[in-house]
Amino acid sequence: MGHQEAQKALPLVQFHNVTYSLPNATIISDLNLTVERGETLVLLGESGCGKTTTLKLINRLLTPSSGEVRVEGKSTTAWDPIELRRRIGYVIQEGGLFPHFTIARNVGLVPALLGWDDVRAKERGREMLNLVGLDPDRFAERYPRELSGGQRQRVGVARALAADPPLLLLDEPFGALDPLTRASLQREFAELATRLDKTAVLVTHDVREAMILGQRIGLMHKGQLLLLESPERFRASDHPQARAYLETLNVNGGDS
Amino acid sequence: MSFWQFLQANWSELLLLVRQHIVLVFVSILVAVIIGVPTGIILTRYRVLRGPVLGIANVMQTIPSLALFGFLIPLPFIGGIGTRTALVALVLYSLLPIIRNTVTGILNVDPNVREAAVAMGMTGGQVLRQVELPLAMGVIVTGIRVATVIAVGVTTIAAAVGAGGLGVYIFRGLRQYDNNLLLAGALSAALLALAADSLLGLVERQFSFETKRSVVARRLALAVAVVLVIGGVAFWLGRSTPSSESRIAVGSKDFTESALLAEIVAQMLEARGVSVERRFELGGNLPHEALVAGTLDLYPEYTGTSFTAILQHAPITDPRAVYDRVKQEYADRFKVEVSQPLGFENTFAILVRGEDARRLNLKTISNASTEAPRWRAGFGQDFMSRADGYPGFSKTYGLKFAEVREMDLSLTYIALSSRQVDLIAGNSTEGRISTLDLFQLADDRHYFPPYEAVYLVRQDSLTRVPALQEVLSKLANAISTDEMRRLNYEIDGRKRDPKEVVKEWLKGKGF
Repeated sequence: MGHQEAQKALPLVQFHNVTYSLPNATIISDLNLTVERGETLVLLGESGCGKTTTLKLINRLLTPSSGEVRVEGKSTTAWDPIELRRRIGYVIQEGGLFPHFTIARNVGLVPALLGWDDVRAKERGREMLNLVGLDPDRFAERYPRELSGGQRQRVGVARALAADPPLLLLDEPFGALDPLTRASLQREFAELATRLDKTAVLVTHDVREAMILGQRIGLMHKGQLLLLESPERFRASDHPQARAYLETLNVNGGDS
Repeated sequence: MSFWQFLQANWSELLLLVRQHIVLVFVSILVAVIIGVPTGIILTRYRVLRGPVLGIANVMQTIPSLALFGFLIPLPFIGGIGTRTALVALVLYSLLPIIRNTVTGILNVDPNVREAAVAMGMTGGQVLRQVELPLAMGVIVTGIRVATVIAVGVTTIAAAVGAGGLGVYIFRGLRQYDNNLLLAGALSAALLALAADSLLGLVERQFSFETKRSVVARRLALAVAVVLVIGGVAFWLGRSTPSSESRIAVGSKDFTESALLAEIVAQMLEARGVSVERRFELGGNLPHEALVAGTLDLYPEYTGTSFTAILQHAPITDPRAVYDRVKQEYADRFKVEVSQPLGFENTFAILVRGEDARRLNLKTISNASTEAPRWRAGFGQDFMSRADGYPGFSKTYGLKFAEVREMDLSLTYIALSSRQVDLIAGNSTEGRISTLDLFQLADDRHYFPPYEAVYLVRQDSLTRVPALQEVLSKLANAISTDEMRRLNYEIDGRKRDPKEVVKEWLKGKGF
């Protein structure tokens, strides 16, 4: 018990002087960042700024060129990658659902990988669909292609939550949706994250989304973290990059 | 005989050939899938291997099937004649579409889906089995489908190495100018291809998870089927433009001697200022068809062949009678003139290995009858089916072989010398008889009818180009059997250019 208590005290994710480079380009340079338990941290930046790479460094889809990413106090390179990934929910644009699996099987994927028995996995799948506002009786046996974009995105979130992971990673999860669906999903997700007390790292290029969902907003530019502030302080920031984003918010209401 | 009557009379044989055909295709596709799909998977993992392996598979497919069979015959283990060789060749042909579609199918899996699978914590094997393969299956099945349709077509060539299948009917039909055989073989093969295509199309539909379907691959498969299966027939029916005023179109059959005889006339005509169009190496009875249609002006033929295969008479042994009747009937029926005999016969030569002949002291076919039960015989499709071929031959001499293989004539010589078979029926003027140390057993019961070499020429061509008559009369009795054998050997044995050989010979003769 004492060991677990000690682990709980540790930040969930820590970046220590992390650099990630390809043979001809540096994607992330010298990143230091701590994700606190229970918070939703939003990484904001234009495409190519390294925010998605940052996300992939957490679940070891990528490993740092130098420095260290720690999850629950342990370097990602010391984790068994399979075990690590099964503890982290991952949501991508369009959900990344398996087109040849039913919705129920998609949602029950990680529980099945973890070896849960069928009854429990099925029960959990229905629970998750209810949680994201989809009627299990209507949707469980359908295939992804029969669903709308917003519904698929909900299923993606349900799948990420199914094994009750302590950490959620979301890569532009609402990017491909129409503005109305996006707004309602953003609201629902904010509620859900608070209610379930999940730690989440969300990546977006939409400053409005960052303001709605983030407890802290990290602004990234050319592989560097320029600032990391609460939404209120971000709004008041006089950093030129931050101002540029905030101005778009004033001009067109944040819809890009 | 109408096609319907033909089917009724040959129903059981046709079914047997269809069964052989299906078994060949099925087994070769099965083996190709077992080899090809794992190979494709490996290629998606090791990018550096992709180019070389796909390149090799690509080259395999471009080798003409008959040539591939020729390469395979002398090889140990995978070679020889019969089903095994055919399967090896068919598997080699089927690999490319299967490997390529496996690679394409897996690489085309939505990268988001693959990334999600990895990020969910799937192991490499789980990603492959649960995500990549199921999603690639539609494309892989398309590859299998293309391979199957191609295999149905290529299998018709398998008859050339004695593996059976519908090619037996197609080859035989082409050689004997028999539409019923041709139609029965080609139609059945086409129906098989269509059936396989739609069956696998149903399978393919089971794996359609998204809306995108490859229409191109399907059309390609159908096109290939149509081209391979009925291509030969279309070629046979093809008519090109008729000969113009001053040109003479000289044709030949698809073997060395026929091409040589055609070349002799061609060069002699050219020496007399006549322009010549060479249309050599025509398969089966195409030359006859083309001659009657006016596409050809002349081509070399053998009296026995005209008598039995074209005019459909029962074989007789008197050379004079055969020649006279052929001359008469060709004039009446086709307005075609038969030239004076050239001076040699190209009859069936019953051949054994020279060392066997010496060891067993064999001189005549009768001598061989005691050895026959221990021997395997290899015969061309022609010999197996002709009225003057195998049935009468074995009866006349009371021969019973341990095994009789039906295969492509030109391959029988190699099969004999490489000990795949022990006795064959070749051509008496074949150049390789001396080079491969083969021995011709004497036809001591005079079973084989006369096959005197002649030129067949259209009557209107003779009046249009007077030089033709002069050339043909010069060639009467100008070539002996020995001379013909030597000429054939110059080309088949010493691999010399036929034009050079003919030029030399004409010079030596003073023509």
